[in-house]
Amino acid sequence: MSGASLEAHGARREGEPAPARILRAMPSLFRVGFASAIAYRAEFLVWVLATNMPLVMLLLWTAVAREAPVGRFGEAEFVAYFLATLIVRMLTGSWVVWELNFEIRQGTIGMKLLRPIHPLLVYATDNLAALPLRALVSLPVAAIALWWVGHGQLASDPMLWIVAPIAIAGAWAMTFCATSFIGTLGFFWDSSMSLFQLWLGFFFVFSGYIVPLELLPAWLYDVVRWLPFRYLLSFPVEAMLGLVDRDEALVALAIQWAYVAAFLALALWTWKRGLARYSAFGG
Amino acid sequence: MISVKHLVKHYRVHSRPPGLGAAVRSVFRRNYRTVPAVDDISFEIAAGERVGFLGPNGAGKTTTLKMLAGLLHPTSGEAIVAGHRPAARERDFLRSIMLVTGQKQQLLWDLPPAETFELNRAIYDVPRAEFRRTVDELTELLELGPLLGKPTRQLSLGERMKCELAAALLHRPKVLFLDEPTIGLDVTMQAGVRSFIQDYNERHGATVILTSHYMDDVAALCPRVIVIDQGHITYDGALDELVRQIQPEKRVTLRLSAPIARADLDALGGRVLSLDEAQARLQVDVSSLRGIVAQALARLPVADLTVEDPPLEEVLAGLFARSRMAAAAGRE
Repeated sequence: MSGASLEAHGARREGEPAPARILRAMPSLFRVGFASAIAYRAEFLVWVLATNMPLVMLLLWTAVAREAPVGRFGEAEFVAYFLATLIVRMLTGSWVVWELNFEIRQGTIGMKLLRPIHPLLVYATDNLAALPLRALVSLPVAAIALWWVGHGQLASDPMLWIVAPIAIAGAWAMTFCATSFIGTLGFFWDSSMSLFQLWLGFFFVFSGYIVPLELLPAWLYDVVRWLPFRYLLSFPVEAMLGLVDRDEALVALAIQWAYVAAFLALALWTWKRGLARYSAFGG
Repeated sequence: MISVKHLVKHYRVHSRPPGLGAAVRSVFRRNYRTVPAVDDISFEIAAGERVGFLGPNGAGKTTTLKMLAGLLHPTSGEAIVAGHRPAARERDFLRSIMLVTGQKQQLLWDLPPAETFELNRAIYDVPRAEFRRTVDELTELLELGPLLGKPTRQLSLGERMKCELAAALLHRPKVLFLDEPTIGLDVTMQAGVRSFIQDYNERHGATVILTSHYMDDVAALCPRVIVIDQGHITYDGALDELVRQIQPEKRVTLRLSAPIARADLDALGGRVLSLDEAQARLQVDVSSLRGIVAQALARLPVADLTVEDPPLEEVLAGLFARSRMAAAAGRE
C-alpha cells in the first residue's frame, strides 16, 4: 500500500452511477446474508415453528368442515388453503421491524449509516438471502400438499401460475416496506413496536391468516378487499388455488404493486425524516 | 482536510423532577431544556495530521466526532471534511472517512471477520486484487491470521478491536475518526493498536482524529491536541507545549544506593513528593532543574536519576480546573 494508492481507492470508478455499484455489490451482500441465515439457524427454526398458526387453523377448520362445507370450502379446500398460507407466510415474512427497532434504540444503526449504501437495502438483501433456507422448509411442505390434496385444488389457469409468483414477490415487498415503515418510526417514537402489534392484530384477521377472507360477512369482505392486508397473504394464496379468476387476479396484482410503491415511498420518506431527527438529537 | 468554523451543537433534553406528580404532569406538559454540548468551536486540521481530542466526560468530544463523521447535524456553524459537508452524507464523503469506536462495532457478530471484510469490499466497491493486497498487509501488521475464520463472538475484546480496525481500513479512508479505540484493552494490546494506527498514518498519510481516556494513547500518537471542556476549546496546539504551559515543572526520580535523611533532600530545593530507603521523588521548577540535578548527583548516593514530565492526567486536571475557575469568574 502507498499514499498514492490511498487516493486510488477513493477515486475508483468516480462518476459511475450508483445503481451500477450497488448491483456489483449485490452478490456479496446476498452471500454474506445467506451465511448469516445459516449462522442463525437455531433462531430460524424457532421462527419456522412459531409460524404454525396455519396448521392450527387447518386442524380447526377441517374439523368444522367435516360436518358440512363452509361456503365453497370443504375439508380438502381448507387443507389446501392453509398449506398454501403456510408456504406464502414462510416465503414473505420479514423481521426488519425488530432489527430496526433494536438498532435504533441501541444506537448501532450509526455504524450502518457510515457505509455508502442505504441501510434499508442491506436489510432487504439480508432478508432475501434467507429465502433459500425458507424455501428448504416450505418447498417440501408444498410437495406434500400437492401429493395430499391433489391437483384438483390448485389453479388450473396457467395465467394464474404466472400471477402467483409475482404475487408472492409482491407480498414479500409489501411486508418488507410496510414493516420498514413501522420500524423507522422508532426514530421518532419509542413505542413504535406497539404500533407493530396493532398492525399484526389487523394482519391476523384481515389477511386470511386465520380464516379465508371470502368467509367473512359480505359487507366486511367488500371493505377488506381494499385494505393492504389481503395482498400480504390471501391474494397469492387465492392465485395459487384458483380462488380468483384471471381478470380479478390481474386487478388484484395491480392493487398489490400499487401498495408496494406506496409503502416503499412511505418507508423512504419516514426514513429521511427520521434520520434528520436522529441526526439532530443524537444516537 | 478538516475545517471547522463556529460549530455549535445544542441538544434539547426533556427534564422533569422526580415523583409521581411530576410524572403525571409530564404526560400533559413536557419541559425541555437546551444543553450546549459543543459551543462555538473552530479549528483546521491538515492532511496527514494526528490530532487528539482531550476532555472530561461530557465535554463534547464524541459529539464533535459524530458531527465530523456526518452522524449528527450541527445546530449551527460549518464543518468541511475531505471537501464535503458531513451532514449531507454524500457517497464520496462516506467512502473517504471511517469512524471506529470502542463501544460499538461493525463486525457481524455471528460470522467470522472475513465475512465483514467481504461485505465491506462489496459495499465500498474495492477491486478484488487491491482488497486481497490490503487484507494480506493488515493481516500481517495486526497478526490477524488465526482470527479471520473464527466467529466474531468468540474473539476477545482486543482481537475484536484489531479486526474492527482492519474492517475500517479496507477502503483506505483518507480520514480516520477513532473514538476510544483502546477502551477495555490490556496494556500490550493498547500498545499494539497504537503502533498500528501510527504506522497506518505514516504509510498512507491518512488524517487521524482520536479521542481517548488513556493519556498514553494521546501522548504516543498525537503531536497535536485539542482540549475540549464544557463544549469549548480550551487549548489547541502541541502536546509538549500544553504540558509546559500548565505544569512547568519536571518530576525528578532518584534511585538511591543508600538511605538518606529527609533534610538532605529538602536542602536540594523543589517539592518532595515521596522518600523511602531506595527512592526519592521531587517536583522541580524547570528553571532550577539543572542546579538541583547537579547538587543531587554531587551530594547524595544516587545510583540512577530520571527526569520526566508530570503525568498527563495531572496536567489535564490542572487545565480543566483552570478553565472552570475562569468560567466561574466570568459568571460572577
